[in-house]
Amino acid sequence: MTWTKKDILDIESLSRDEITMLLETASGLKEISERSIKKVPTLRGKTIVLFFMEPSTRTRISFDIAAKRLSADSISISASTSSIVKGETLIDTARNIEAMRPDILVIRHSSAGAPHLIAKHLSVSVVNAGDGMHAHPTQALLDMLSVREVKKEISGLNVAIVGDIAHSRVARSNIIGFSRMGAHVTIAGPPTMIPAGIEALGTTVAASVDAAIENADVIMMLRIQKERQKRFLMPSEREYAVRYGLNKSRLACIRPDALIMHPGPINRGVEIAPEAADGPNSIILEQVTNGVALRMAVFYLLAGGVRNADSD
Amino acid sequence: MRILIKTGRVLDPGKTDLVADMLIIDGKIADIQPPGSQALSQSSVDTEIDATGCIVSPGLIDMHVHLREPGHEYKETIESGIQAAAAGGFTAICCMPNTSPVNDNAQITRYIVDKAASFNAVRVFPVGAISVGLEGAQMAEIGEMKSAGIVAVSDDGRPVVDSLLMRRAIEYAEGTGILVISHCEDPYLSDGAMNEGPFATRLGLSGIPNASESIMVMRDIALSELTGCRVHFAHVSTRESIEAIRAAKQKGIRVSAETAPHYFMLTDNAVAAYDTHAKMNPPLRSEKDRLAVCEALADGTIDVIATDHAPHAMLDKAVEFDLAANGIIGLETALPLALSLVQKGVISMEQLLFKMSANPAGIIGLKSTLDIGESADITIIDPDRVFTYKADSGRSKSRNTPFDGWEFKGCAICTMVNGRIVYRV
Repeated sequence: MTWTKKDILDIESLSRDEITMLLETASGLKEISERSIKKVPTLRGKTIVLFFMEPSTRTRISFDIAAKRLSADSISISASTSSIVKGETLIDTARNIEAMRPDILVIRHSSAGAPHLIAKHLSVSVVNAGDGMHAHPTQALLDMLSVREVKKEISGLNVAIVGDIAHSRVARSNIIGFSRMGAHVTIAGPPTMIPAGIEALGTTVAASVDAAIENADVIMMLRIQKERQKRFLMPSEREYAVRYGLNKSRLACIRPDALIMHPGPINRGVEIAPEAADGPNSIILEQVTNGVALRMAVFYLLAGGVRNADSD
Repeated sequence: MRILIKTGRVLDPGKTDLVADMLIIDGKIADIQPPGSQALSQSSVDTEIDATGCIVSPGLIDMHVHLREPGHEYKETIESGIQAAAAGGFTAICCMPNTSPVNDNAQITRYIVDKAASFNAVRVFPVGAISVGLEGAQMAEIGEMKSAGIVAVSDDGRPVVDSLLMRRAIEYAEGTGILVISHCEDPYLSDGAMNEGPFATRLGLSGIPNASESIMVMRDIALSELTGCRVHFAHVSTRESIEAIRAAKQKGIRVSAETAPHYFMLTDNAVAAYDTHAKMNPPLRSEKDRLAVCEALADGTIDVIATDHAPHAMLDKAVEFDLAANGIIGLETALPLALSLVQKGVISMEQLLFKMSANPAGIIGLKSTLDIGESADITIIDPDRVFTYKADSGRSKSRNTPFDGWEFKGCAICTMVNGRIVYRV
């Protein structure tokens, strides 16, 4: 199989074979980060722009490190340093960046669909690093990579995703990704955080957190944002921790081989208790490690892979 | 000046339906006679229009248009707007007050009326604001604006959130002989970018539930019942609103309603690729709602088809979806889209003409007639003319439409205001 896609905009547009190819490429590249000299010349002379219109530490650093490990030149632009603050439109800013001939443009933006808008107007490869509540494909891919490493097969697994599904691009991408790979995805959370028609993405809504996690091979907890209280989504963090958090009492009920995951940054004591985050079932830091390998695979395939002329 | 319209189907719904020749003399309908009648063919005419196979109808009226002047002339001007209206078959339009400055006082009303009159084309009837600056706090000078030429008031684009202000506005306006048009939206519930449902969830866009509209429809029905005063509902899009309006009408409450072509043609799946031409307020709804709108057009619950013509420049639309402006242009596509309902058997041609002429005329207090001696405000419709709609060749200054490139069957081939031809294919 050869890689033919110009962009990675969401999980929905990736086939099962493409997801597998990304995961296998990432597995192969992971070893580079274990070397004492953590750099290969594969993408020497390639330029990757990291265009982050929304605050991010982990994801931006992960992309940056991934680019550098492959010897690509990476440049970061954030909202405050771009001309967007001077009133330039997104398309104009993107066109200006493209005029400097980068090979890949990684974009994070608070508006759903912003990477799609750019990809439509530009010929450069676009990678979505998170757009509003819509998609975070590299996060879902690195989550699948992390699960596959331990469980070998994604197909047939029970995956529970718990928390604010409505506002989570991570949840959407993981529901689509894991279900496309053959897992059974169940979600749980306060009804205020379960969006209308979510079942259509390939998931079932559990009656309670307990019902969702009791038989789960994978438990993914989502970050709860303080500002959600303002939109009346929950009464307080304290109540959330008791009713919906992965706390000590719930930890006692999970399968012994269940994997505990979190896209980070975590709110200790809110959606996840320290005992769960730091315990033997947690692969939260492994997710971060795999993030670099997965993003290396993304760059490798987009910039180094052979692209068919009739693609897209 | 004598114009002879030959062998058209003269159709004034509920009154006249016959194939005939129509003679117009000095702006007035002078005579209607059987085709080839001696009486008409003997008189010399300046212009002869062959209307064989066409419908000669009272001029179409669009009671919901945004002309953008004053203030946003880069999107539309009064001049370009009335040209688009003429091309769409409209002889009269009502323009909403959300200009800059807002049409909330007689001076602005007079500016619009005078400017529109200077083009001597499609008739323009301004709608004034309910509240000063559309801010929902203080009632605008409805009586003064009425003297200057408004036919209705609305804070269109924004709801009147304060129920007391809405109550007082419909009472006061009724006493002035002015209709109140309700933009029904609960702003607390409508903080979103598209219809709430599976499509919004998939796209990661925050949703606007049906209830954001129907709650306000139900409130204003209650206020209409309370006061006994008329209320007209703009751009109705949900089945819950329709059910409420249907029940209110059965109870004898004095409400009327309009919808726009996009609500009977499209659903929220049109947003699929973040197409900002599918972004409007209220948002495109589900298929169930679309079917309810069709049913309400058929059974008379919805009285009027209006365009909600909302011109926006590329600048306002070629941006991130949640930042894009709401609305689409509609003057040049409304009639072909409405005709598609006739072709599908959803409504009859007579119903179409009621909803695009007689009903809006009755609601606002304008004329829609083919009676002899009346002003010749006439639309000639060729129901069989097939064409591909190209937004680029439209008369509107803006191009924001999801119907670009659609193939249509049927359109206006001649629009006449006061016996003056303002558009002809």
